Amino acid sequence: MPLVLPTLAVGVSFGVLAHSLGWGLAAPVAFSAFTFSGSAQFAVASILGAGGGVAAAVAAAVLVNARFLPMGIAVAPALEGGRLRRALEGQAVVDASWALASRGEGRFDRELLIGATLPQFAAWFGGTVIGALAGDAVGDPERFGLDAIFPAFFLALLVDEIRTSRALAAALVAAALALALVPVTPPGVPVIAACAAALLGLRP
Amino acid sequence: MKTVWISIVAVSVANAVIKAAGPVLVGGRELPARARGVIGLLAPALLTALVVSEVFGEDGRVTVDASALGVLAAAAVLALRGPIVLAVAVAAAVTALTRALA
Repeated sequence: MPLVLPTLAVGVSFGVLAHSLGWGLAAPVAFSAFTFSGSAQFAVASILGAGGGVAAAVAAAVLVNARFLPMGIAVAPALEGGRLRRALEGQAVVDASWALASRGEGRFDRELLIGATLPQFAAWFGGTVIGALAGDAVGDPERFGLDAIFPAFFLALLVDEIRTSRALAAALVAAALALALVPVTPPGVPVIAACAAALLGLRP
Repeated sequence: MKTVWISIVAVSVANAVIKAAGPVLVGGRELPARARGVIGLLAPALLTALVVSEVFGEDGRVTVDASALGVLAAAAVLALRGPIVLAVAVAAAVTALTRALA
């Protein structure tokens, strides 16, 4: 599983960050267990760490994770069961699994989605525990280049997605939108706004 | 510490609701063809935005730091059809090395 090691490493760096903020063990571990979203958790930690309040932290996390709304709509037809079961299966939507489960033309593989998420969850949870416990012994995770892991991984998934000239066009528009918005909007907004590039798919 | 716990509970609930919304509202209905066309492009758009904002965005500024070099090295590995694990490892190693030398 190429997913497990990167997730474990970034989980460790979240645990270390939480430790450096004096969160102890229970809080970061509970956060990783119940939210299971690196981007939202790092956003919350950095805002609270900088002295921000609950409202700012929660708003940032919601913005950062708003992408899961269109992603959830995208996988919906592939999920099974009644409302409760669908709501539960929808929790399996995380960036890497969702991209892996994407079969193109808007179709998704349910087994692959859930099968890829479970080991990532274990790695994320375990990594957080290790990071929160090891804390000072690890030092600054950026020293090991851990912040380059997820972008490199997403880049690898992206290569598989550029199958058509239209997908390439959507990627280029998304890159331009994200770059233009980074300096002028809060974190999370550039990513959601860049999803608008997918509207190129409206052309028949 | 109370602030931390309230944030954790609120974010966990909000996150679960956001993720459940699509599957519950759409249910098992097939999406119309045009919607599938848009969704088919969602993955390349989203992944590109994640890469660009994580590599070049920091504290609301566009920056080029060591991690950009690391991700560039990963791109080279991928262009040579190297495996994903190698690309990720090279990204971390090049980033770490650049920081150590800087």
